Amino acid sequence: MRSNPADYQLVAPASLQAVVSLLAAEPGAWLPIAGGTDVMVQYAAGKLPARKLVSIWNLPELRRIEVSPEEIRIGAGCTYTDLREHEVVQSEFSLLARAAAWTGGIANQNRGTLGGNIVNASPAADSLPALLVYDAELILISVRGERRVPYKDFHTGYKKTKLASDELVRAVCLARRFSGYLAYTRKVGARNAQAISKVCIAALGRRASGVVEDVRIALGSVAPVPLRLAETERLVTGKPVEPSLLVSAKRVAIAEIQPIDDIRSTARYRAAVAGNLVAEFLEKIGEN
Amino acid sequence: MTGDHIVGVSVPRKEGRDKVTGRAQYVDDLTLPGMLFGATVRSQVPRSKIGKITFGPGIAWDEFIVVTARDIPGKNVIALIANDQPCLADGVVNHPEEPILLLAHSDRHLLPQAVAAVSIEYDQLPALFTVEQSETRSEVIWGSDNIFKSYLVEKGDVDGIWKKADYIVEGEYKTGAQEQLYIENNGMIASFDAQQGMTVWGSLQCPFYVHKALMALCNLTADKVRVVQMETGGAFGGKEEYPSMIAAHAALLAIKCGRPVKIIYDRLEDMAATTKRHPSRTRHRTALSKDGRILGGEIELTIDGGAYVTLSPVVLSRATIHAGGAYYWPNVRITAKAVATNAPPHGAFRGFGAPQSLFALERHMDRIAQVVGLSPVEIRKRNFLQPGQMTTTEQTVREPLDLVRLLDRALELSDYHAKKQRFAKENELGTSRKGIGIAAFLHGAGFTGSGERNLSSVVGVEGCADGTIKVLVSSTEFGQGTKTVLCQIAAETLGLPYENVEIAQADTDQVPNSGPTVASRTVMVVGKLVQSAALGIKQTLMGSGLLGDSYSAEQFRSACRTQVAAHGQFRSWARYEAPADVFWDDDKYRGEAYAAFAWAVYVAEATVDMTTYNVSVDDFLALQEVGKVLHPVLARGQIAGGVAQGIGYTLYEKVIWQNGRMQNGQMTNYIMPTSADLPVVRVFFEEMGNVHGAFGAKGIGELPMDGPAPAIVNAVEDALKVPFDSIPLLPEDVFEALLAKREPQSVGGVR
Repeated sequence: MRSNPADYQLVAPASLQAVVSLLAAEPGAWLPIAGGTDVMVQYAAGKLPARKLVSIWNLPELRRIEVSPEEIRIGAGCTYTDLREHEVVQSEFSLLARAAAWTGGIANQNRGTLGGNIVNASPAADSLPALLVYDAELILISVRGERRVPYKDFHTGYKKTKLASDELVRAVCLARRFSGYLAYTRKVGARNAQAISKVCIAALGRRASGVVEDVRIALGSVAPVPLRLAETERLVTGKPVEPSLLVSAKRVAIAEIQPIDDIRSTARYRAAVAGNLVAEFLEKIGEN
Repeated sequence: MTGDHIVGVSVPRKEGRDKVTGRAQYVDDLTLPGMLFGATVRSQVPRSKIGKITFGPGIAWDEFIVVTARDIPGKNVIALIANDQPCLADGVVNHPEEPILLLAHSDRHLLPQAVAAVSIEYDQLPALFTVEQSETRSEVIWGSDNIFKSYLVEKGDVDGIWKKADYIVEGEYKTGAQEQLYIENNGMIASFDAQQGMTVWGSLQCPFYVHKALMALCNLTADKVRVVQMETGGAFGGKEEYPSMIAAHAALLAIKCGRPVKIIYDRLEDMAATTKRHPSRTRHRTALSKDGRILGGEIELTIDGGAYVTLSPVVLSRATIHAGGAYYWPNVRITAKAVATNAPPHGAFRGFGAPQSLFALERHMDRIAQVVGLSPVEIRKRNFLQPGQMTTTEQTVREPLDLVRLLDRALELSDYHAKKQRFAKENELGTSRKGIGIAAFLHGAGFTGSGERNLSSVVGVEGCADGTIKVLVSSTEFGQGTKTVLCQIAAETLGLPYENVEIAQADTDQVPNSGPTVASRTVMVVGKLVQSAALGIKQTLMGSGLLGDSYSAEQFRSACRTQVAAHGQFRSWARYEAPADVFWDDDKYRGEAYAAFAWAVYVAEATVDMTTYNVSVDDFLALQEVGKVLHPVLARGQIAGGVAQGIGYTLYEKVIWQNGRMQNGQMTNYIMPTSADLPVVRVFFEEMGNVHGAFGAKGIGELPMDGPAPAIVNAVEDALKVPFDSIPLLPEDVFEALLAKREPQSVGGVR
C-alpha cells in the first residue's frame, strides 16, 4: 500500500438520505466508495487524490433489483454477482449478465457494482456497451430529488459524466422489450479471464423477411466513451445479410470509432478487430 | 528394513500442512522487537551523473534513518562474479530504478511519501537500450566494448562446409524479457549486533550467495554473518541473486539505526526493479546435404545483460551450450556474447539461457525442413544425436539414448499425424485456423562445465538424540519440493519411514553449504550427496555393531539413540567429487558440459481465432526422459507448471520497455495466463536412469521451460503458413503479419 491510511477519512452513513445530505453539504469533497474495486487500486498505488471517502457499500436502497411488467430497475449498488445470478437479467438482458460474468475475478464480482462501473466511466468498462444497446436510463439522486436521464447522454468524454457534484447514481432502468432479439457479445482481452478489454462489443439484432429489421451495436475501448455505432446500424437496417454488406459494414464501423495506441493494444488492431466483430455479429443475424 | 520404497512414491510435502493451514512463516510474518521498516530511493533516469540530493518539505526528516553509499562499512558492491554492481549508486547511475539511498522509519505508511519527497538532480548521459545499440558502441557504458562476456565454441571445420552444402538456411530469432512473477514479493529483515554480527531472514534461493555478499559489504568475517531462509513463496530464479541486494540494504539500515529493519517490496517495486529473463537475438546459418543432414553451421547468439554483469556470463554459458540442441553437428561455430544496456540487470530465470537458444534452434529446424522439403518430424529424426556421437562441446553421448523412439512416442500420444491432416483440411473453412507443432530438446542438469567441481558442495545427515534423522543442507524449498525429495532420498537410503526424516531450516549457522538451489541441480547433485551422507550414518551404526545387516525402523532408531548417548552429536558429511570421466576445458569451452542431460519432445496444438487473432493452446503433450522420477506428483507439477510458464513466455507476457524502464509493471498490464487460458498439460515420462544422480534422477526443474515456445510458434506457423520468429507473439503481431501477407478473407479493413 503506497498510501498512508492516516491521510484519509472514511465515513459510512446508515442511509442513502444521510449520504446525499453529506454530498450536498460539501459538494465535490466526498468520493463515494462502494465495492472499492477501482478506488482501492488507486489507493494501493498511492494515486488516490480524494482524501474524504463516503461508503455506500451495501446500502439497502441501492442493493435491490425490482422487476415490473415494463422494466427492471437495478440498484446501483448491485454487484456483478447479483447481476449474474438474477433470473430476469439472465433471461432478458443476457448481454449484461455476460458482461458481469467476465468483469474481473470472482472477488471483484462480489464487490464491484454496476453503479461504480458507470461513474468510473472507463471506456473499457465491460457493462456499458450492454447498457447502450438496451437504452438504459439512469436514476440520479441528490437532496434536490431524483432525475431520470438516458444513459446514452451520460458519458460526455473520457472519464467524464453528467453527474453533479452532489449526486449519486441510484438505479439503472432497462425496458423489458428486447427478448425477441438475437444477442451477441464478445470481449477481446489479453487473456480469457481477469483482463481489461482491448475491444468489446454488445449487440442486438432482429431479422424479418430476409432483411435486417432492427439492429443495435455498441463497442467499448475504441473511443473516449462507450460508443453506439449509429451509422453502421443505419447502413445495415433493411438490407439482406450478404458478403458485400459485411464488407461495407466493417468499413463504416471502423470509420465510426476512434481507437488509440496504448499499453494494451494498438489502434490498428482495435480497428480491425472491431470491424471483424461487427461482421461476425451480422453473419449471426444472417444465420438466425 | 521396511521393504517399501519411498523414492518413486508421492509422499506428502514436508511443509504442505503448514502452508495450507496458514502456519508457514514468510518473512513479512516475522516481527522483531523495535523493528523499523526500510524503503529504497531509486534512479528515475537510465544513465546519469547524480547531482544534488534534496530532502523536500512536508516530511519529518529527523524521524527517518537515511543511508547513502558513504555509510557502507566494507566494499560498495554486491559480491557475485565481477563485483561491478554497487549496493548503492555513488555519483553515477547506470539504469532506471538503481538504488541510490535508503530510508527507514517505524511507521511503514510514512515511507512512500518520504521516498517521493527526495529529489535528485541528474546530469544525464546518453544511454543504450537494445542489443543493437550496444553493439554500435556509440557509447561505451561498460568496460571497453560493452561486452560482459563472450564465448567461442568450435568443432570441426565450419569454413570448409559451405561449398559442400546443397542447402544453406539462414534465420534470425528473438526472445523478450520475462518476469518471474513469484506469488510472494521479495523481502528481507536484517538485525545487527556488534558482538554477534549480522543476521538476515528472507525470501531467497541461495543463503550462501547472500552470506558472501554481506561479508564483503559489511566487512565481516564468515562467522559474523548469518542468513536464514524463511518460507519462500516462489522464486523461479528471481530470488537467486537479487535478494543479496535487498539483504544488503536492510543490513546497512540495521547497522546505522541499531535496530532490526524489514524491507518488503510491493508488486510495483518488485516488477520495476528486480531481474527478468535476458532478451536475446540468435542468428543461424546452416549447411545441409540434399537429404537434410546438417553438415555444419554458424550460430551467433547475443543476450542483453542490462547494466551490470551479475549472472550474465553463466546465463550466456548455458545458452551457448544448448544452442546446438539435441542434434549432431559435425562442424559448428558458436559465437556468443552478453552485452550491456542501461536497463536493470537481467538475471536468473528458470531455463537460464536455454529457452532463448532453443527457441531459435527449434524454429530454425522447421525453417530448414521447409527449405529441404522434409517434414518437421523427418528433419529432426535425420539429425538427432545418437549414442557415441559428440555434442557441440564434444561431449560423448554415453547413455542408451533413442530420440527417434522418444519422438515417435510423443507423436503417437498426441495423435500428431492424424491431427495435422485434419487441421489442414478444416482450415479451408471457418473462422479459426488450427496447427500442430513440435520441439525436441535437451536440458543439462547441474552447474555448467567445471561449476560443480568449483562449488564443492557439502551435505550433512544427522542422527538425532531421539533416533530420527535430520538432513542438513543449504538447498532451499520455494515450492518445487526440495524438502520432500531430499527427505525421501535419506529415508530410502536408510530404510526408514519418510516421517522419521526431517530437514533443517536453511540457516547458514546450522547447515553446510550444499550450493545454490538453481540449475536443476538439487535432486540430482545434492540428492546424491544426501544419499552418500545417509549411507555414512548407516555404515557407522553397522560398524559399531549397533545395527545388523537387516533391521526394523525401531531397531534403527534405538541404535541411533544409543550412538548419540554414547558419543554425542552424530553427523555424517558428504562432499561433491567430480566423476573421473567428467572433464571440462574452460578456455576452449570443450568437454563434458553437464553430468547429465534430460531429453524431451513437446507437441503443441494451437488455434488462431481469425476474428481476434488470438492464439490459444488447445492441447499440450510433454514427454520427457528424466532419469528416474522420485516423486511423481511433484515431477508432474514441475512439468505442467513449467509448460504454463512457457505458454506465458510465448503468447502473453510482454515487458514493455521505455528508456530502460518497464512500463507495464503491474499484474493488470503484464499479462500472465490464467487457468482459463491454459490447456490440460499431458505429462509423460521415460526413465532411463542416470549414474550421477540420486537413485538415477536427473534434473527436471528447468527443462519444461525450454520446449513450449518453439512448439507453439511452430504450431502457429502450421496453422497460418506464416513464419513467426520472435516471442512474445501477441494477437497484434499475428494481425500485422497477416495484413502484410494480405490474406483477403482473414483481415478486417484497416484505415
